[in-house]
Amino acid sequence: MNIVVCVKQVPAKDAPLAIPEGAAWIRETDIGFELNEPDGYALEEALRLKEKHGGEVVAVSMGPERSKQAIKEALAKGAERGVHISDDKFYELDPLGSARCLAAAIKREKFDLVLTGLQSDDHGFGQTGVLLAELLGLPHATIIMQIDAADGRLKLKRELEAGWFQWVELPLPAVLSIQSGINKPRYATLKGIMAAKKKEIATLTRAELGVTVSPTQRIERIYVPKKTKKTEILTGTAKEAAAKLVEKLKHEARVL
Amino acid sequence: MKILVVTEQRDGQWNRASFETLTAAQQAARATGASITAVVAGKSVGSLAKELAAYKVAEVLAIEHDLLEKYTPDGYTLALKQVITEARPDFIFFPHTYQVRDFAPKLAASLGRGMIADCVGLRYENGHLVFVRQMFQGKTAADVIFQGDAPWFASFQAGAFRGDQAETGGSAAPRNVNVDLKPEQIRTKPLELFREAKQAVDLTQAPIIVAIGRGIKEPTNIPLAEKLAQTIGGEIAASRPICDEGWLPMERQIGSSGQTVAPKLYLAIGISGAIQHVVGMKGSRTIVAINKDANAPIFEVADYGIVGDLFEIVPALTEELAKSK
Repeated sequence: MNIVVCVKQVPAKDAPLAIPEGAAWIRETDIGFELNEPDGYALEEALRLKEKHGGEVVAVSMGPERSKQAIKEALAKGAERGVHISDDKFYELDPLGSARCLAAAIKREKFDLVLTGLQSDDHGFGQTGVLLAELLGLPHATIIMQIDAADGRLKLKRELEAGWFQWVELPLPAVLSIQSGINKPRYATLKGIMAAKKKEIATLTRAELGVTVSPTQRIERIYVPKKTKKTEILTGTAKEAAAKLVEKLKHEARVL
Repeated sequence: MKILVVTEQRDGQWNRASFETLTAAQQAARATGASITAVVAGKSVGSLAKELAAYKVAEVLAIEHDLLEKYTPDGYTLALKQVITEARPDFIFFPHTYQVRDFAPKLAASLGRGMIADCVGLRYENGHLVFVRQMFQGKTAADVIFQGDAPWFASFQAGAFRGDQAETGGSAAPRNVNVDLKPEQIRTKPLELFREAKQAVDLTQAPIIVAIGRGIKEPTNIPLAEKLAQTIGGEIAASRPICDEGWLPMERQIGSSGQTVAPKLYLAIGISGAIQHVVGMKGSRTIVAINKDANAPIFEVADYGIVGDLFEIVPALTEELAKSK
């Protein structure tokens, strides 16, 4: 089974975010980046399916030069090849524009399955997988917690809300958005990291892919949201703050 | 201007987020002078359409088809595409449910249009609607506007608007719309719905909840929080990553994919406050957040906060509680 897995590099979880006034994206200097956590689950699922059914895993990522690191992580964990869509202004694209670029790159591959994470931890659009399915003309399913593949079909466990699940079936080729927690992602081994250095990463640009985008939406600005609730911050040593809290909960909030 | 509100039902039961979206649409309609068309789809939705007609909307459409009895992305996309082509709305509003996430972007793309998903607010400014959504796991907000031609698609996060504030007093008679669907157009086969075997813990009934997040670092640290829960007489719960790791069972997860709770006291310990968690607990009467990051979004919803090392604060709090008994 040949699998394309889409991976994105995002600011590290604990990165302090600086937003230039009126900007639509953060200042990228002096912060760390990491593989988008939900994509890590999609990558792991792709590797497991390949190990079970044979075939290859191709990791596709779009973004500036730094995002190659996400591809390298995938290669170190066991993906065969990488495709980097080089785009310094990726953050100006809307979800449909990003998906058009990814779809154009994926169309060049021979694949049975496309996997994405559920959403990115930066933009959090949560649309890429579903849009890829439409643009590639393929069936899809989202929020997947289990994949059973047999005879060119998939049986999938979808998560619904409030503790409900559903089984669905669909034919290959298909696109799936993977729910976080479906598996336990592996760590890259030293041997894997060394082997990755010899693996191919093809670089493509939007122009080479022949994609023209016309934005359907535009982020005017991003900002730290205004507090809707007045939070009383209790200060002092751990013991002092704890004592103040107990006092507040007893006599002010009256919940103890 | 016309706003189409796509409601959601399963087996004749409303997804209540539908009415929150109706409230959002009514707010947008008041600002822009738009009219609202509410739509409900399924196999047999006559009585639900009548319920919708009681709300202050200009029009109610009922889409009925055997192939819409069970949700499929192909069925819902094809049916709504036909309705949108006929009704020609400017905006299409959805509740941001798991089902909507599964098909609405596809529906928009099938018409060559885009969607602003998971909005938490809306305002009218300089002649256009500005949609507010969260980025970076709730650490920042973004003002987003549509570009290009209508129709424009948007979905609204659960809890962003109040369903009980949807205005009633409508007099529209529901109208049935026919859609053309063939079984061979539907590529996914929906099978049975089920819940995982045990739902032994009903966190919705707990008056006090002590919830832990990534900040707890290691499973061996969980007893710290458990001891606090025991002392304060609360149930232990967690954000999704903790349950994904298997450190606590899934049934103790609070958030969009877990349980939604509103206890009298909610202690969020080492929880940053990603949207997916906050939607499951923001209705709590009193919220306490303990986190090392003073900028963590959890403090947005907290009544009381302590910024610092939970490994010092939690034992101190447990001790103070024991003393005060």
